[in-house]
Amino acid sequence: MNKARTNPLNTAAMHGALILYTLIALFPVFVILINSFKSRKAIFREPLALPDADSFSMIGYQTVMKQGDFFLYFQNSMIVTVVSLTFILLFGAMAAFALSEYRFKGNMLMGLYLALGIMIPIRIGTVAILEMMVATGLVNSLMALILVYTAQGLPLAVFILSEFMRQVSDDLKNAGRIDGLSEYTIFFRLVLPLVRPAMATVAVFNMIPIWNDLWFPLILAPAEETKTLTLGSQVFIGQFVTDWNAVLSALSMAILPVLILYVIFSRQLIRGITSGAVK
Amino acid sequence: MTALTLTNVNKSFGNVHVLKDINLEVEDGEFVVFVGPSGCGKSTLLRVIAGLEDVSSGEVSIGGEIVNTTPPSRRGIAMVFQSYALYPHLNVRNNMTLALKQEKQSKQVIEQRVAEATRMLNLEDYLDRYPSELSGGQRQRVAIGRAIVRHPKLFLFDEPLSNLDAALRMNTRLEIANLHQQLKTSMIYVTHDQSEAMTLADKIVVLRAGRVEQVGSPMELYNNPVNQFVAGFLGSPAMNFMPASLISEGDTRTLGVRPEDLFQSDQGQLKASVQHVEQLGGDTNVIAKVKDHQITARLFGQHDIKPGAELSFGIAEGKSFYFDKDGARLRG
Repeated sequence: MNKARTNPLNTAAMHGALILYTLIALFPVFVILINSFKSRKAIFREPLALPDADSFSMIGYQTVMKQGDFFLYFQNSMIVTVVSLTFILLFGAMAAFALSEYRFKGNMLMGLYLALGIMIPIRIGTVAILEMMVATGLVNSLMALILVYTAQGLPLAVFILSEFMRQVSDDLKNAGRIDGLSEYTIFFRLVLPLVRPAMATVAVFNMIPIWNDLWFPLILAPAEETKTLTLGSQVFIGQFVTDWNAVLSALSMAILPVLILYVIFSRQLIRGITSGAVK
Repeated sequence: MTALTLTNVNKSFGNVHVLKDINLEVEDGEFVVFVGPSGCGKSTLLRVIAGLEDVSSGEVSIGGEIVNTTPPSRRGIAMVFQSYALYPHLNVRNNMTLALKQEKQSKQVIEQRVAEATRMLNLEDYLDRYPSELSGGQRQRVAIGRAIVRHPKLFLFDEPLSNLDAALRMNTRLEIANLHQQLKTSMIYVTHDQSEAMTLADKIVVLRAGRVEQVGSPMELYNNPVNQFVAGFLGSPAMNFMPASLISEGDTRTLGVRPEDLFQSDQGQLKASVQHVEQLGGDTNVIAKVKDHQITARLFGQHDIKPGAELSFGIAEGKSFYFDKDGARLRG
């Protein structure tokens, strides 16, 4: 073991720094949560105070439940996120497998071409995307969002997953071939389980931006029945008056599912990030 | 009947010509070892036989049937890999039965073949364990079991012992030899370790840079190598090479003498100063310098020789090999 690592002073300093960072990172979440349970006046009087008997109020949550179809928004967000993630992982992994496993002409070029999307923000193409969606009649449908998010997530997914798939032992795949497994079985049964940490990493990296995105829902699917949660919360923010209770309550509820999914994936995520460094 | 015939097999990866005109026959029940330094193409050749790589030109036939376009699973082969390559998500039993299930064998056949293989390899206690719960030696036995249950026409071993420690390697080597005696199936075994080749093979194929250098029984190759490469590759410690001018003035050939064919004698032609002595108990290896050339002499028994001593070595009668400057053997 490294001497510097067992030094208690170093350990304390390290933990101090991490705890400080955790506090800073959690602070906005904490403020949103406490204020969502306070009355409007209390929010402005003492934004950092905890809700007490006097200032406690569920008015924000009541407004959110009453106004707008919050559960529909929630459902829309969920559908878009889950389906997009599924597509990203499925197609990304398949492309990565092909790129890392098979030798064919232009393999390298194809890999670089797919990675190009990492460097070019998809939002640059918003106008073209909108025109395309109008032409195909997909405006105001969840499908439009799913397609865009899948396209947005694929480059990084292919890039990360192909790196990981290169590390899967060739012998194992060959053993499968000799045992008569089809290439699909080898992919789904042998390779995918072994790159699960990498899949979780890709899933988390893609999940949060999709869940939080305001841009594409606003442009491609602003209709009442296709609104996502983030877009739905915007109805409470007006040009002149903002219903802070409702905004904070909506945000609190929007944080929850991401938090839960993150906890599920985080174990795998840490393994995915460190697996290259730690043997 | 021949188990495997290779006719003019060539393999290139892009511009790299890895296998060059390989011709080879493996008889039924023969244990053939491909041996050569790393990068000589021996693993590629094995993969070509297995069907994991296509040949660039030439013909591969297994059991009299041309299999150039047959997928690996239908070639009637089974392969054991260096890294074991067990399926991590399946237990030992399922690792062994997967291929049979793919072949749609009946439950009875599967049951019986697994029982047979586990008995041969003493794996009864491990059937329900997962690969991660097994030691290296046990994993390799499972990998061999997975090959046995298929009743292949040809076994392919790709350096199966190189991940094991020395003691286990000896044991597993014996087990493989036993297995071959019991099964009497043809086996092809790839290794870079000449001692594995010498101990296991009926027939050794020495490869260098994608070419077959020599094919023959271990003793044929040991006693009668066709060139300096084969002579130097087989045998441990390796054969000594030195300019023949050391013993006869003006000779331009290269002289090769095996370490055990050097003996200590005051009349010996090779005057050497001892550099280092390896006492092995049964043998003593003396590493010495004749002028600038290092030689190794293997003396039987224990000898009390100190580094720095000046000794003379003689060469046993008829045990000298001569090679020209390109390494080809010169006879007579």
